[in-house]
Formats: sequence, structure tokens, C-alpha cells
Amino acid sequence: MHIQERHINLISLLIVLIGVSSMVFGVFRGETPVMFEKAINICLECIGIG
Amino acid sequence: MAKKINNNKNFRYSIQAFWALVTNSFLIGFVQGKIYQGKIKNVCVPGLNCYSCPGAIASCPIGSLQAVIGSYEFKWSFYVAGFLIFIGAIMGRFACGWLCPFGFIQELLYKIPFVNKIKTFKGDRAMRKLKYMFLVVFVILMPIFIVDIIGQGAPYFCKLICPAGTLEGGLPLVLMNKSLQETVGWLYAWKNLLLIITIIGSVIIYRPFCKYVCPLGAIYSLFNPISVFKYHVDKEKCNNCHACSNSCKMNVDLVKNPNDLECIRCGSCKTICPTHAIEYKCLQKTSKKD
Repeated sequence: MHIQERHINLISLLIVLIGVSSMVFGVFRGETPVMFEKAINICLECIGIG
Repeated sequence: MAKKINNNKNFRYSIQAFWALVTNSFLIGFVQGKIYQGKIKNVCVPGLNCYSCPGAIASCPIGSLQAVIGSYEFKWSFYVAGFLIFIGAIMGRFACGWLCPFGFIQELLYKIPFVNKIKTFKGDRAMRKLKYMFLVVFVILMPIFIVDIIGQGAPYFCKLICPAGTLEGGLPLVLMNKSLQETVGWLYAWKNLLLIITIIGSVIIYRPFCKYVCPLGAIYSLFNPISVFKYHVDKEKCNNCHACSNSCKMNVDLVKNPNDLECIRCGSCKTICPTHAIEYKCLQKTSKKD
């Protein structure tokens, strides 16, 4: 495999890992209840009222 | 060849329809005029689908990102950003082409016959950059900096622009709730005007919202060149017939750049290529030819 291609593959996998780590960090930081609270109530801004 | 192209299109439409149904499978919500309040709303979907749609069982990533950024507790969402990075790094804009309900709606609208469908126009390519402006200004900066006395920012993209929210949430909920009907005002009228423009635009232009406005597409597009799933053009097989670029409704020249930021991985180029020069590529491995 070409060296440049191998580097791109490594970068892709590294970014996947960054994504997963970031999600896990966000969960431990307590972001999901904030998001959940918004999502389970009718979002007045989304529907054009608020 | 025509049969093969149709089969490919129909297969993609089936996946899009199936995914739109899965994403909006709380069907009783459409009857009751209520939204789903279960735990699945802790999870985001990869496409643009308003969480205030009565059928939505999960959360819209753009709405969620703004909700957390605009909260007084946090000024950035690692959870939603991580989700978007994960999806983008795996598949790039494949999510736009296959897993976005609002993209699917626009594609259906484009099927409506019209005398003069516009494939491209002067300034088309420059206007594609607008979606990055919508992402930075309306989704990130405004919810961070325009805040109330307790430090809470509104989801400005949802509030001022998003036609998906109006179509999927605003129209059904307002139609079914008298209390909401009494509260509608200029903002509702403005958002409906934007929805009408989007609908008319979608009949004339292929996926105009995705091309010029969508902040989710803007995020995923940045991952197209480095995602695990990519396109590859075998230069030895390619005879430069330009069948791929002529068939591409997103106006991508695949031979020049197989992983263009605008490519939504719909696969029409791969199907139409007479020499099978276009291949899917997952990391170092390339797909077998058809």
C-alpha cells in the first residue's frame, strides 16, 4: 500500500477514535440530560413559535 | 444499463424511506398531536430530522448541538460533536445521500415535473459555501453569544431558518393543537415562507437545502476526503467519457476529485460508469467490480 494512503487510513481511524472519545466524555460530563430535556418537550423555536 | 440505474435508484429510495420511517416510528404522535418522550431521545440520528416531529423517536444532531451550546451549564457539546465526528469519519456525506429524511423529501419533490429544471447556474459553486456560514454563525456563534440574563442562548438555526422543523414539527403540531394555534405569529409566518421557498426550490433544483443551507451537510462534507468509506477512480480504467459527472445531480466532477465536499455518495456515478472505473473504498480495501 502507498505510504500516503496508509497515513490517510491512520488519520481516518484516529478521527473515529476522537469522535467516540468525545462522545464518552460528553456523556460523563452530563450533557445528555440537557439535550434530552430539550428533545422531549416541544421545541417552540423549531416549530416557529418561540 | 437503464435498468441497472433504475434498480440502484430504487434501492436507495427504499433505504431512505425505510430510514425515514424508523426515525419517525412514533406514529401515534401524528394522531395525538404529541411528541415521543422516551429514552431513545438521548441518542442522535445521523440525518436532519426535527425532534419536535410527532413521529421522531431520536434527536436531531443540529438541534441538540444548539441546545447544549445554548445552555447555561455548557458552552460546547462534546457528545453531539463527537457523534458528528464519528459519523463523518466513518461515512462522510453518505449519511446525506442515504440516511437523511429531509434530503429524501427534497428528492421526492425534485421528481415533480417542471418545465425547466436547473442543474447549475452562475455562482452555484460559490453559493455552496453559504452552508458553512449558516453552521458557524447560526448553529455555533449565535447560541454562544446571544444569551438571556441567565446565560441561555436560543437554537437560532432552528428558530430562524430550519424548514425541516416547520415541515416535520411546526405544521402537524400547530394543526393538531388549539393552544399552539393561538400563539402563532410573525415567526411562524416567516418559517412557513422559508418552507414554501424550499419546497418550490426543491422542485426546480436538486436538493437546494442540502447544497446551500444545511449545517449538517457542511459538517459531514469536511470528512469526505478522509472518511473510512470513500470513492476511488481507477485512472487506468477511466476513459474520460464524463458519464459520471453528467449524471451527478450534485454537480461533482468525480474524475477530478472522487471525494469532493459536495458528493453525497448516492452512487449514480458508480452505476453509470461504462468501464467500472469507480470503486468504493473502505480504508485500504477496494470493492470488487460489478
